[in-house]
Amino acid sequence: MMFEKAMTEGLRPKSLPSAAGQSLRMFKQDGVWGKRLLLGAVLIWFGFLVLLPVGEIVLDALSDGVIPFLTALHTPAARHAFWLTLWITIVSVLINTFFGLILALVLAQQKFRGKTFLNGLVDLPLAVSPVVAGFMFIVLFGQQGWLGRWFEQGGIQIVFAVPGMVLATIFVSLPFVVREVVPVLMECGLEQEEAARTLGASRWQTFWRITLPSIRWGLAYGVTLTTARSLGEFGAVLVVSGSIIGRTQTATLHIHQEFNDFHFQGAFSASLVLAAVSFLLLIIMELVKKHVGNGQTLVR
Amino acid sequence: MNGMGIIIKNISKRFPAGKDGQEEFLAVDHVSFEVPKGHLVALLGPSGSGKSTILRIVAGLEEPDSGDIFLQEEDVTFRPAHERGIGFVFQHYALFKHMTVWKNIAFGLEVRKSCPQELRGRVKKLLELVQLKGYEDRYPAQLSGGQRQRVALARALAPHPSVLLLDEPFGALDAKVRRNLSSWLRRLHDEVRITSVFVTHDQEEAFEIADEIVVINRGRVEQIGTPKDIYDHPRSKFVASFIGQVNVLECHADNGAIFFGPERLMIPGLKSPSAKGEVVLLIRPENVDVSFEAGNDRLPGDIKDIRYRGDRYEIDLEVEGLKINMKKDKVYGENLNLALGQRVFVRFRRCSVFESEEGHAAIRAKLQSLGYIE
Repeated sequence: MMFEKAMTEGLRPKSLPSAAGQSLRMFKQDGVWGKRLLLGAVLIWFGFLVLLPVGEIVLDALSDGVIPFLTALHTPAARHAFWLTLWITIVSVLINTFFGLILALVLAQQKFRGKTFLNGLVDLPLAVSPVVAGFMFIVLFGQQGWLGRWFEQGGIQIVFAVPGMVLATIFVSLPFVVREVVPVLMECGLEQEEAARTLGASRWQTFWRITLPSIRWGLAYGVTLTTARSLGEFGAVLVVSGSIIGRTQTATLHIHQEFNDFHFQGAFSASLVLAAVSFLLLIIMELVKKHVGNGQTLVR
Repeated sequence: MNGMGIIIKNISKRFPAGKDGQEEFLAVDHVSFEVPKGHLVALLGPSGSGKSTILRIVAGLEEPDSGDIFLQEEDVTFRPAHERGIGFVFQHYALFKHMTVWKNIAFGLEVRKSCPQELRGRVKKLLELVQLKGYEDRYPAQLSGGQRQRVALARALAPHPSVLLLDEPFGALDAKVRRNLSSWLRRLHDEVRITSVFVTHDQEEAFEIADEIVVINRGRVEQIGTPKDIYDHPRSKFVASFIGQVNVLECHADNGAIFFGPERLMIPGLKSPSAKGEVVLLIRPENVDVSFEAGNDRLPGDIKDIRYRGDRYEIDLEVEGLKINMKKDKVYGENLNLALGQRVFVRFRRCSVFESEEGHAAIRAKLQSLGYIE
């Protein structure tokens, strides 16, 4: 009896009435067309929003050939702007990596009062408009601000100078390393580190041999994001720098300046360079992200 | 091989209240015990009894609020974990995921800067010991649970620890692998003879592996003894009920006799004949006998249910409204030739009597919460 029942049940899908089979196929084709429609819409939207503007920049920058493109980049103002951007980015990334790592370790591995508050505070730079962030630094470090006066007595100018721009860039790119590293640390837990301790490793050895290798891809992703954000920062830097040509102008401020002065070749050329660097960073991000993903699937 | 490998003196540990509504609680409450060198001791208790915390305190992964720890007769209470010379095996293996099996096992030797030749020899020897030769280039993610735990064990043993601590080492494995590994661990210990403490909530595992068992409940030591000691002579109601199965009977004691309603029972092995008043009788199912003749050491009862369990019979009896479970091995059970509803006379070969100050209900509730009775 049981056997017979199982047999008929097993056979049923093959002997489906043809009408039902027909409607099933129709439904399937419906699904395919729906999917294609959706894909088409996405591509059109993406093309309109991303490919069209990027293509336009490339065309405009190179419309008069390569020579004007290169000369526009070779002006003292442009060269200074790119060098400044490079330095500010390097310093910001180094400082944010170091303190971001410490902050992530504290947030992921320690219990203390006010942790929730600190955790929320880390995201503040994402929520606050960069322009507002810039003003906060002006108020604090400007000639009226108490910290600004203190630094001025020591002969150090923060606002309308490079130190202020570095501070502003650090501020706006602060969350990325922390936000990428904390979840990886949480996922790893404390057990591997405890195991290392019981095996005779000091805290320092444990950090270098266990903690850092386990979070390396998360950290790399965070550093890439920080770099991208630092390179592209405009609002906060504009406010604190005063945008002095040849002194406190970064690449983004330079583009803005050239555009306002109707030097379109200069603006387009610099934009293309920044866009190209961003594209490179995007590729790096994708490569790194694959590893972050792998790491997570390898975890049990 | 004489002397003490581990001495734990009066340690206590209180966990502060968590913000997730968890109340402050005393996880370890004045615990003391000793492990002779080369012995394997089990810390046995229900989950949340504080046994893992005790182990972590011995390892230096947790600080006690008070008390002292001695390893190899040296006071290590204030020594950090990495200077204690212990090996620790975690429930979830805690293998280094970014390292191969070889690197994992070599880790403890590398951080101690052992010479490369010695290191290679030691790792090879351990791979053989845990039967994982040929697996040295794999990553932990490419191993089964049982293999991972063996790597963890090899890694813990590699730097020649004076003490091996195992925290529910087989807890995350399925039943069959678990049984294989635990008997293998016992054989391994007979070979290596390292002072070991392992934490478990599984009584069978503890009985299989340990020389001695420390029963822990609510952060306190309930009893210390050999498996036989603890099973046959439980010193508290908790031990009797947590270890193995047990019948719990509430009755009245007076001058060496126990009263079940109007029925009077003389118990040959009754420990405290002076016990008087309401008592609780704990009888293991295998210590219940039946016969067809009455006697002053027997109670009349009826057979309510007979269940065949392959190697044994489980029989439910009812005596004066109390349900008593009895276990008989197959041959004995078949020779008895019992039938449902039959009138028999019940005798207890051995039982423990505890005064009922807590009340029958309280013990019952505790046993129910442990899943030993319905």
